[in-house]
Formats: sequence, C-alpha cells, structure tokens
Amino acid sequence: MTKYIIRRLLYMIPVLLGVSLIIFILFKLVSGDPTAVLLGKNATAKQMADLREQLGLNKSLWLQYLDVVKSAFTFDFGYSWSTKQEISKMILQGAYPSLCLSVPAFVISTVLSLLISLVVAYYRGKGIDLFIRVFCIAGMSISALAYILFFQWFFAFKLGWFEISGFEAEFPFVISYIALPAIIWIVLSIGPDVRFFRTVILDEIYQDYVRTARAKGLPEVTILLRHVLRNALIPIITYVVIQIPSLILGALLLENFFSIPGLGGMTLNALNSSDFPVMKAMAILSSVGYIIFGLLSDILYTLADPRIKFN
Amino acid sequence: MSSHSILSVKNLTVEFQTSEGLLRAVNNVSFDIPQGKTIGIVGESGSGKSVTSLAVMGLLQKPAARIPNGEIYFNGQDLLKFDEQQMRSLRGNDISMIFQEPMTSLNPVFKVGEQISEALRVHKNLSKKEAWDKAVYLMNQVGIPKPELSAHKYPHEMSGGQKQRVMIAMAISCEPKLLIADEPTTALDVTIQKQVLELLQKLQAEYKMSMMFITHDLGVIGDIADDVVVMYRSNVVEKNHAETIFQSAQHPYTKGLLACRPKLGANPKRLLTVSDFMTDSGEEKIVPVERVQVFDKEIELKESSPVLLEIDQLVTQFPIKGGLFGRTVDHFKAVDGVSFKLKKGQTLGLVGESGCGKTTLGRSILRLVEPSSGKIIYDGKDITHVHHEELRQLRKKMQIIFQDPYSSLNPRMTIADILMEPLNIHKVGANKNERFDMARELIEKVGLKSNHMGRYPHEFSGGQRQRICIARALMLKPEFVICDESVSALDVSIQAQVLNLLLDLQQEFGLTYIFISHDLGVVNFIADEVGVMYAGKIIEMDKASRIYKNAKQDYTRSLLSAIPKGITKNSMAPLI
Repeated sequence: MTKYIIRRLLYMIPVLLGVSLIIFILFKLVSGDPTAVLLGKNATAKQMADLREQLGLNKSLWLQYLDVVKSAFTFDFGYSWSTKQEISKMILQGAYPSLCLSVPAFVISTVLSLLISLVVAYYRGKGIDLFIRVFCIAGMSISALAYILFFQWFFAFKLGWFEISGFEAEFPFVISYIALPAIIWIVLSIGPDVRFFRTVILDEIYQDYVRTARAKGLPEVTILLRHVLRNALIPIITYVVIQIPSLILGALLLENFFSIPGLGGMTLNALNSSDFPVMKAMAILSSVGYIIFGLLSDILYTLADPRIKFN
Repeated sequence: MSSHSILSVKNLTVEFQTSEGLLRAVNNVSFDIPQGKTIGIVGESGSGKSVTSLAVMGLLQKPAARIPNGEIYFNGQDLLKFDEQQMRSLRGNDISMIFQEPMTSLNPVFKVGEQISEALRVHKNLSKKEAWDKAVYLMNQVGIPKPELSAHKYPHEMSGGQKQRVMIAMAISCEPKLLIADEPTTALDVTIQKQVLELLQKLQAEYKMSMMFITHDLGVIGDIADDVVVMYRSNVVEKNHAETIFQSAQHPYTKGLLACRPKLGANPKRLLTVSDFMTDSGEEKIVPVERVQVFDKEIELKESSPVLLEIDQLVTQFPIKGGLFGRTVDHFKAVDGVSFKLKKGQTLGLVGESGCGKTTLGRSILRLVEPSSGKIIYDGKDITHVHHEELRQLRKKMQIIFQDPYSSLNPRMTIADILMEPLNIHKVGANKNERFDMARELIEKVGLKSNHMGRYPHEFSGGQRQRICIARALMLKPEFVICDESVSALDVSIQAQVLNLLLDLQQEFGLTYIFISHDLGVVNFIADEVGVMYAGKIIEMDKASRIYKNAKQDYTRSLLSAIPKGITKNSMAPLI
C-alpha cells in the first residue's frame, strides 16, 4: 500500500511537468507581450523594458517554463497584474468563502441524492420511482438562472428569510448568506446525481449475487444496503471524488450572482481584466487538484473492492 | 399429495408478461420429491426448468411473472399462499439453492466466511463469532483446504470449483430439508464436476436432505438422481425412476438426450441429435440407420497427407511484476516446451483442465499471444516471427472460434455485417453484393436461413450464435481453424449438432482443426489425435481411438473417469 502510494506520488512528477508545459505554451500563445497592456499607451520604452525585466520575460523560454513548474510545487504564483497582490494570498483569502458555500452544499446534495436513489431503487418500477424520475428531469430542465432569480425574489425579498447577496465570514451570520446559493446548488445537482446513482444501483440489483442473497432469505433492505450499495460504490466514488477539486475552485455563477468574494469570483475578475498570472495560477491549481484527487479515488477503490490490487 | 413427499408441485403454470405478449414458461407441471430422495429435472435452455425452481423459492421477478394456477406444497403447506415474510424465513433455512455460475453468484466484495455466516445469523440468530466458527466448520465439510485461512479469502482468490463448494457450504449452513441445485456443475471442468457431484451426494446422506437437481445433461444426473423429470418446451414430457428412464425411455426427446452425448469407445461418424428422434412438432421419427453407424477412424486416417502445422519446443511465458516500479521479477510459463505435428485435414484434440495452458497454446499458434521461444512452422514456413503484412495474410488462413457465443458477437451489428467484416478487412470480393452473396452462402451451410442476415445476435439462441461464429471463422476460407472450447457453453443436445456441423464442414472444405476442450469425451469424438495437457506441457499424445483404452498417465485416466457415464446410481446399467 505505502509502496503503491509512493509510486503514484512519483508518477505525479512527469504528469505535473507535462501539465505545466501545456499551460506555459497556451499562456505564451495567448498573452503575447503584456507590457503594453499593463502600462497603457503612454509608456516609454524604458518603462516597458524595466517591466519585462521585472516580470521575468527577458529570461530564456526554458527558465520561464521552469518558473511555471516551480509554482506547481511551491504554490508561489507571483503577483496579480490588476490587484498587485500576492496571488497565493489572494487564493487563501478567496478559498474560505468558496469552501463555506461549496462544502456543505456538496456534502448535503451527495448524501441526499444517495438516499433518494436508494429509495427509488427499492421501489423500482413503482409509482414513487416514476414520480422521482420525472421530478429529476424537470429539475434538470430548468435553467440555473431561473432558480437564482426566483429564489432571490421569493425567499430573500418576499419572505426575508435570507440575505439577497453578500458575505460575512463570522459564524452564525455566514449561514444567512450562503443558505440560498447552497440550496440552489443542491437543487441543481440532485437531478443528475439521482439519475446516475439510480442507474448504478439498478445495474447491481440484477446481478447473480443479489439473487444468491435473496435465496439466503435476507430482507430486501439488508440486500440493498449491504450487498448492492457496497458493489455500486466504485462508480459512485469516481463520480463524487472527481468533483472535489472543483469545490476549491468555487462556483463561478453562484458566487457572481450572490456577490460572494470567493475564488470563482476572483477567476471571473481575472478573466475580465486579462490578469494572466491569476488565470495561470488557477489553471495550475486545478491540475494539481485533479491529480491528487485522482490518486485519492484510486486508493479508495482498493478499499471498496478487494479485487483491485495495488499493482 | 403423498404423505412422505417433502415437495409436491401440482399443475404449476408460470407466465411472463413480455413486450411480445404473454409467454408461458411453465405449463401444468406436476412432480413430487420424496423425503430424502433426489429428483433430476432435465431439459434444454428455455424449457422452463429454472423457472420452476425459482417459483418454488418464491424468487420469480414480479410483477413480470405470474402464476395463474398450480400449487406448491412444501411439508404440507402451500407456498403460493405464503407472504414475503414467511417465504423469507423459509429461504436459505428450509429450502436453499445453488446456482450455475459460481463466478458471479458470490458477492465479490465480501469474504467468503462472511457470506456463509450471513444466513446463519439471519435464521439461527447466531452471534458473529458463532456464525464465523460454523462457517469455518462448513468449509471443512465441503472440502475446502485450510478452512480457517480460506474463510478470510475473497471469491476472486478461489478457483471455480472452490467457489461452488463455498456456495454449497452456504446452502447447507442451516441444514435445509430441500436443496435445489440449478445446473451446479455446468460451468465447471468435468474433473471438478465429478468432485462436486460426489460432495453433493455425501452431504445429502449426511444431512438427510431431499434434492432437486436441474441440468441439461442427462449423463450428469445418472450418478445422483432417484427419479427423473424431463421437461421440453415448458411441459413435462416424461417422468419416471432414473433406471427406467435410462433403460427404456419412452419419449423421443428423452431418447435424443440420451443419445447425443459422445461416448467413449463407440466412434460414430456423426452424433445422434434430438432431431433424429423427433420432428419439430414433437412427433416421433424412425432413426435413420446410417446415423447410428459406427466406424473406426483409424482406417480413414490419411497417413499420407502432408504436415500443415509443426510446433517445436514452443514456450509462452508471462512476466510476473513486482517491486516499486513494477519490474519483471519472474516469469510464469503458460506453455512450457510443447511440440507436435498436425497433418492436413486432421483434427488434433487438446484436453486439460482450466489453467493447463491449452488456450494460451492455441493463441500462441495464431500469434495472438507472442511466444517466447520455440518454432511454429505452418505449411513449411517458419511463422514464429513474421510481422505486419505477412502476418495479416496468414490470418486469412488461420481462424479461431471462441467459447462464449454470447460475448463474442458484437451486439450492435447485424449478422450480415458480422459475416462481411472479415471480407472487408481483407478486401475479398469485388463489391458489397458479392460479399453479401458469399455470406449468405455460408450462413446456409451452417444451418441458418438467409433471411436471418438482417437480424442481430440477441435474436438467436446460444447454439445458433455459435453457428454464426463458425460461419464468421469460415468466411475467409481458412485452411486451419482453432476451436477453443467452442461447444462447452452449449447444452449437450446443441453440442451434438454443433460437433456434427464442424465435422461436415471439415469434410467439405478440407479443414484442419485444433479442438481445445476440458471434456475428453467430446475431444475423443471429434479428434483424430489427442494431446493431454498438464501444467503447460503435453504429457500424453495418442490416437483418439487408443487413448481411452490404454492411457499411460494417471492424469489422463482421471480425466477419463470424470466423464459422466450415464450410469444410474442404483442399477449400474450403462447408458444405451
């Protein structure tokens, strides 16, 4: 086990080198010479040369690429062009509001979807199954914008239960700010989640070993919770764990509409102001996140399924 | 109902609601299982035998399945009147069941010890520890070595035979009064089949169980059943004491079933099939005399025909990986120095148990697996190291037919597309019409109709699918065909038809076969020469007609003794 994890961690090095190379090339192609953009029309040649020196653009391409690689390991991404702040600090500041929203919303929606799909699987083919399936499709068919506008108008404006937008870090005040976007998040994810989990569970329910469990005289609920769920875990783990990196990156749309100062909002601002270092930092951060959580889900597989070996 | 019957099924009818309307899977079926006796239910796939057993267990998938009439008395109580709660307390406790596929019937993520203890904990209220100890005891009873350690194993860490033993331990854990065994040995090698049958007999006596043994192979239940019920197309066509069935079967279908299994010693030109005894509508036919003719293959052997394939000291090994970076630390020799010569137009039978290397040998010859050393000489040319275009040209002449006709046909291609694909790849035939005509010609040769060409694989039965696989292998007019367990997944009655077809095609196209199987009876029938494989080596090789009489190796003799003889357990009267 330890051997396997060490090997996988070592494999991360070439993967990160490759990812950094792709990010480096893409940003090099897109950003061109940023000094003109940064200094405006009236900049002198001296100013521009100084800035190039400062940004490390005079270094050889090879050394510039090495900077990108270094940042993937040290998380030192330099300074933002628009806010002039240290990017790693900006990320740390933005992570808290993002996680306040995404973690509870993600956990609740995943657990709730799993429970609903177990109920649906138990009553498969019956009225309640059909009703929930129709409900899921209907929920998925409505645009996120419609939910945002309606929920803000109804729950925040009409009923006054929650704040319409904004953010406060202090507990318990934070709840009234994040509750509404979290509810919308949950409503948006339940449809696809339930449909996926239901399919995975029903795939297992018709397997031979379930027939064996029935022939043993086990109650249907035990069969579902013990035998079926355990086998359905592999695809569920993949589906759930691979979503985790995106939680750190924040929810672009929700953070924007609810004015939550998270990483999603930060990324949007960076996009609007052509703040390439911030975009590059977020791209590297998400690659690292996906690589690490990919490894985590591989390790979880081996815990869930004894057939999968570390080799 | 007789007073000493443990199970009494009366006029049972089961129907399924399908998209094509109501399907009657079981029609007015009645039989009794006397206390402590074994009843064999025999019939081909789809005859309704498994559905009957599921009805007894109350495991039919509702609401698709319904039982419009009939009674199932167990210990004097009508099970069809029981609710789910009552049935559940019966299942695994008083009535238990073993299934066909030991590979898929166990839950892959739980230790086998846990799976055996589960029923004990539900029905006998044992604690976790008590149930585990009982499970270990049961594993010892069913002959699993080192039960304390084996109880901690997961199903994938055990062989097929051991898994079936675990299933049996699970089934007998609560000392049931009735054990239903649904094709418990069909997925196993003949040698393992014999062991499992002996185990079931031993346990039946020890636990004083009654047993319902379901199979497609009359030969198998000869050793074990007291009474036999023969089912054909949802109906019971014959039921009687086992001896009576084996000595003087009445119904033509039963006669056909008895005759279609290849027998050692007799070397018929063709195997008899059910259709020799019975018309499609179920009427009896007079068996044509030329079909029962026995001939000695040795006379027919064309000793003078040239050698087509020569294998010299062939070794195929697979690396065993280890260490931090998965270096190769050792090798496993699947094929370990095999040599033989095969003459044109002849059949070499390779026989051995799972894991003996016979499949790897076949694939190495076709270069589907790269051999590590040795020589493959085909038609006078060393093909051990040919590549690319040369290998592609060679593939036209060498084909393979696989074991499982269910998974070896692409479900989204029509039969016409499946058959024409090899022609397209090798650019045979001028245009699509010409290719279609070639496919149609062959589909008729293998006994299907040309209007089947537009259909998809799922519309065919297992035997028909295997015919399609055979047709596909013959599309490029090969000289040499490897049949890798090509009849093992088929019912015996269908097996006989497919074996006959392979012989007919061999004669018509002058084919050379390598026929791989775990069943020496089948190999002995179809092959001119038989090689017995064990641990990657051919340990004995002889003419088919001689090997069953004067086998030199103990292993060969054990393979021979494992073939079901079709002798009933009381009379010892030989089959036909």
